[in-house]
Amino acid sequence: MEIFGIPIQAFLGQLLLGLVNGSFYAMLSLGLAVIFGLLGIVNFAHGALYMMGAYVAFIALDIFGINYWGALLLAPLVVGAIGVVIERTLLKHLYKIDPIYGLLLTFGLALIAEGVFRDQFGVSGQSYPVPELLQGATNLGFMVLPNYRAWVVLASLVVCLGTWFIIERTRLGAYLRAGTENPALVQAFGINVPVMVMLTYGAGAGLAALAGVLAAPIIQITPLMGSNLIIIVFAVVVIGGMGSILGSILTGLALGLIEGLTKVFYPEASSIVVFVIMAIVLMIRPAGLFGKEK
Amino acid sequence: MKLKKVASICTAVATISAAVFTASAQAQISGDVIRIGLITDMSGLYADIDGPAGAEAIKMAIADMGGAIAGKKIEILVADHQNKADVAAAKAREWFDTQGVDLLIGGTSSGTNLAMSKVALEKKKVFISVGSATAALTNEQCSPYTVHWAYDTVALAKGTGNAVVKAGGKSWYFLAADYAFGAQLQNDTSNVVKAAGGTIVGSVKHPLAASDFSSFLLQAQSSKAQILGLANAGGDTINSIKAANEFGITKTMKLAGLLMFINDIHSLGLKATQGMYLTDSWYWNRDAETRAWSRKFFEKIKRMPSSVQAGDYSAALQYLYAVKATGTDDADKVLAQMRKTKINDIFAKGGFIREDGRMVHDMYLMQVKTPAESVEPWDYYKVVETFKGETAWTTKAESKCPTWK
Repeated sequence: MEIFGIPIQAFLGQLLLGLVNGSFYAMLSLGLAVIFGLLGIVNFAHGALYMMGAYVAFIALDIFGINYWGALLLAPLVVGAIGVVIERTLLKHLYKIDPIYGLLLTFGLALIAEGVFRDQFGVSGQSYPVPELLQGATNLGFMVLPNYRAWVVLASLVVCLGTWFIIERTRLGAYLRAGTENPALVQAFGINVPVMVMLTYGAGAGLAALAGVLAAPIIQITPLMGSNLIIIVFAVVVIGGMGSILGSILTGLALGLIEGLTKVFYPEASSIVVFVIMAIVLMIRPAGLFGKEK
Repeated sequence: MKLKKVASICTAVATISAAVFTASAQAQISGDVIRIGLITDMSGLYADIDGPAGAEAIKMAIADMGGAIAGKKIEILVADHQNKADVAAAKAREWFDTQGVDLLIGGTSSGTNLAMSKVALEKKKVFISVGSATAALTNEQCSPYTVHWAYDTVALAKGTGNAVVKAGGKSWYFLAADYAFGAQLQNDTSNVVKAAGGTIVGSVKHPLAASDFSSFLLQAQSSKAQILGLANAGGDTINSIKAANEFGITKTMKLAGLLMFINDIHSLGLKATQGMYLTDSWYWNRDAETRAWSRKFFEKIKRMPSSVQAGDYSAALQYLYAVKATGTDDADKVLAQMRKTKINDIFAKGGFIREDGRMVHDMYLMQVKTPAESVEPWDYYKVVETFKGETAWTTKAESKCPTWK
């Protein structure tokens, strides 16, 4: 049985792979959407933070013998702390001026981080082993899915829904949303807005690092891994709507699927299909699919 | 009036003397400096294969020549083409026009080398392509100013292609990088496989520097071919092999890495790559001489040299020998000298430059060792077969170079 000229088995396999990639995009764009939606910072350093998360996992294993599960906790904490330092020392001076400066600063930081790691590790990359618990693959009938990829989907969805829940449905999230909309008023109520902002940036960085650790066993850990991915993630966030958490999650999943289908029917275009969609969406709905016009 | 007359006479004298002096300078070193330019991928997916370490190898060649020839200093310029042909061509043009570059060495990426070859032909300057693969440089796009030094897609195809078909891999599926190199390598390997009695079941092109190969590999697997031919290099090959292992593709298909360098094996580890065949132009552990040179390289770079980096050293060294022998850096004279001199250095023994620009030397079919067979770090290959001299390359009958008949 065939769909559009390819066997249905292969087609379903590609859809599933697209979903796996999509959940990964969703998780990565989540941190970016949090930082942009709540803080108004265009965080170009996001790719570098993702890369650093992967390297923390690698170094933790290589030198300290900390395994994958430990790295899942350690990397977000370490990179989150780095994020807090960046925010406290560099970014907080830029809130009152044009957002372009925040963009330039984070872009510069990304280039520095990439250069330092490239100098130290080279670009061919390091291997990171799949944790024993998740090794092997399951035969689903229409394809063989590595267990680790199934775990990535699960972890991403849990983290995405958890983050959305915290921001949209809890009191802490409410403070955060209010604090970024009208800092002066919220601060008048006794809530420490600057500390909240700082911790939010740290949390966004932590999310990026978590994505990095999840990615480490799948692709080679290289200093270039962040820059390869960041531009696609930005496209996802822009299409979903820069302020919308739910938007970026759903868009990430949808774009992963679309990219997966493109790889089947016209693989040469798989790198650019996301940007074509972004161009179309921006022309029809400039605020993004789920965004609100400001 | 008088002042004007004096001024015009002075100008005339100055112009004539300049012309006289420039004319005589033609027979010597232009600009009093010998400049070697390296344009390669310094920061992208091919940066470990050539990159900054390739520049270091060229510096070693300059040092071995004493840093100067007949009192004229030798300098090196380095630039990053980011795997973009337009960037490479623009830089090459700028260097030839304003920086007085005498020798341009082309690093990785076939697209950029084809572009630079055209610029060198236009400017009539020496261009040695070390890092790129495309055999088109000595076929359809051959040029009297281009020398293709280390390896090419034809040699890779003849080496690995034949070896794999002989070992029983008759049906092939190609995963190719979507640009000049991937297309050429797939094409050349297909010809070899078909000539050896194999079949091509299908192929898929992936974008350069794609991060996720799972989708392409799944298509390869559903083709039910015996062999998955990887017509890509560097970071792409590494990610393809990693994903192939992860998805269990290696259980039903054998991988043929059509272009692999020692850096790729080092990155993936022997467990993931053991038993794979590859064709290469040089191996650091080949003999005592290469070992000695490689350890010197290792002291600076902390990695063993790839064949491209050794090729950079050799190309620069042989060019400098020719400059010394002819006393000039004039492109035509130096190339004529290089063409009649045999190449005997750590890279090649008994090598020579053919009329189509191909530097003919031995190629090696090697197999990746198992972890048990490897006795020290970077000890990854065993030589299975040596293709002597002309047997590895495009023959005159097959050649598409219009000026080599």
